[in-house]
Amino acid sequence: MEKLNKKEYEKYVEGKIPKPTYVKNIIMAFLVGGFICTLGQFILNYLLSLGLNESSAASFTSIALVFLGSLLTGLGIYDKIGKIGGAGASVPITGFANSIVSPAMEFKREGFIFGVASKMFTIAGPVLVYGIGGSVIVGLLTLLFKGR
Amino acid sequence: MAVKRLGTQTVKFGNPPSIKGFYTIVGPKEGDGPLSKYFDLILADDLWGQESWEKAEIKMQEECIKAAINNGGLTVNDINYLIAGDLLNQIIATGYSARQISIPFFGLYGACSTMTESLSLGAMIVDGGFADNVICSASSHFSTAERQFRFPLEYGNQRKFSSQWTVTGSGATLLASGGNGPYIKYVTTGKIIDAGIKDVNNMGAAMAPAAVDTLLYHFRDIGCKPSDYDLIISGDLGHIGKEIVIDMMKREGYDLRSMYTDAGVEIFDKDTQDTHAGGSGCACSAAVFNGYVLKEIKKGKFNRVLIMSTGALHSTTSVQQGESIPCIAHAVTIDKKRE
Repeated sequence: MEKLNKKEYEKYVEGKIPKPTYVKNIIMAFLVGGFICTLGQFILNYLLSLGLNESSAASFTSIALVFLGSLLTGLGIYDKIGKIGGAGASVPITGFANSIVSPAMEFKREGFIFGVASKMFTIAGPVLVYGIGGSVIVGLLTLLFKGR
Repeated sequence: MAVKRLGTQTVKFGNPPSIKGFYTIVGPKEGDGPLSKYFDLILADDLWGQESWEKAEIKMQEECIKAAINNGGLTVNDINYLIAGDLLNQIIATGYSARQISIPFFGLYGACSTMTESLSLGAMIVDGGFADNVICSASSHFSTAERQFRFPLEYGNQRKFSSQWTVTGSGATLLASGGNGPYIKYVTTGKIIDAGIKDVNNMGAAMAPAAVDTLLYHFRDIGCKPSDYDLIISGDLGHIGKEIVIDMMKREGYDLRSMYTDAGVEIFDKDTQDTHAGGSGCACSAAVFNGYVLKEIKKGKFNRVLIMSTGALHSTTSVQQGESIPCIAHAVTIDKKRE
C-alpha cells in the first residue's frame, strides 16, 4: 500500500460514495425554509394589524422567531427539523438561534464561563464575523460610489 | 534473537494466551441493532444516571472491565496489567475508569484500532512471561465523540451518506497464560498508511488501505490464505470501506467475499437505524468482538477468526490545518484450538 497512487485512489473513492439526494434536499429545503418564512410573515402581518409601526413589527418578528428556534432546540426538536430541511432550516433566523443555543446546551457541564459563554459562538461566530465584516464593506462601497 | 517473529510484521505466540473472560456493554441504539442478543448489558439510557456523557463512558468502561474479570472467575487482585484506551482527548474515559480499578495500567491511543492494539500488546506480555492475567479494553460513546470531533447534539445539521455513527459501548477481554481458549495465535501489527483522504466524513475510505496493507502482510508473513479463516472481520470501515477492501484485495489476488465482513456493517441496520455508512469508534470492534465473535466461537460457529480493528489517527487540529488522515489496522488471530 506504500505505492498507492493518492490521486487515483481519491477518484476511485468518489465513485464509491452514494450520491447526495439533491432534488429531494432542494425540495425539502424549499418547503421547510418556506414554511419558516411564511410563519415569519404571518407574525409580521399580525403585529402590523395591531397597529405597530413597520420597524418595530420587524424587530418583534425576529425576536419571536429566535425565541421559537431556541425553544425547539431546547425541546430537542430543531435538530430533527434541520435533518429534514437542511439549509431551509439553517439559513432562516431560527437556524441561527439553533446554532447558538445548541452549543450553549452541550457545553453547560464545562461551566457558565468556559462552557456556555465561550462555546456559544463556535458555530455562529464565523457567520457573525463575516456577516458583520461583509456589511461594513458593502456600507463603505455604497458610501463611496453612491455618494450621499 | 526474536524467535517469535514471522516475516516482517507478524508474531507467532509460543504459548498462545487464552481468552478467559469477556464482557460488553452497549448503548440503546446498539441494543436495537441486529447484534442485540450478543451484548451482555444494554443500557436503557446512554447517560446511565451520570451527569455528563464522559462520566457515562467512564462508568461503562469501568463496569465492563470488572465484569470481564469476574466472568473469567478472577478478581481485580489477580490481574497484572490493564491495557486500554478510548477516543477522547488524553484518553480520559480510560484514565478515569482506571482510577477506580487498582491495576497497573498502560493507556493506549490507537483511535478505533484500540481493541486489537490492546489485545496485541496484552498477548505479547502474557506470552513473554511478564504476566499471568491481563485485561484489555476499549470504549467509545456517541455523545462524547460528537462534541469532541463534530457538532453539538441539538445542532440541526445533515449528515453525509459517507459518514459513520460512533458506537456507544465498551468491550473488555481477559487474557490468561493458562486456560481452555479460545487462544490468540498470531498478531500482525499495522503500519501507518495515509491514502491522502482528507474528508473526516469518509473514514471508511481513509482507513481501508491500512486494512488491506495489514491483511496482505498477515497472509504473506504466515503463509496462509483467507479461506483458512471462518471469519475475517475489520473494525469500523463501514459499508464503503468494506467494499473498498474487497475490491483492493481482489486486485492483489485474494477473494474475501465469502468470509469477510466489517463490525461497523454488522452492528447497525443501515436501512432502519439511519446510520448511513455504518458504525465506528473503539467500541465498534470492541463490542462486536467481545459480543458476537467470541460468543459464536464458544458456540462453535467459528473456529478461526481474524479480528482487525482499524483506526484513523487524526485530530480536529490536524484536519483544520488541511492534513490528510493517517490510518492503521492491527490484526489478531483467534483460534478455538491451541495447536
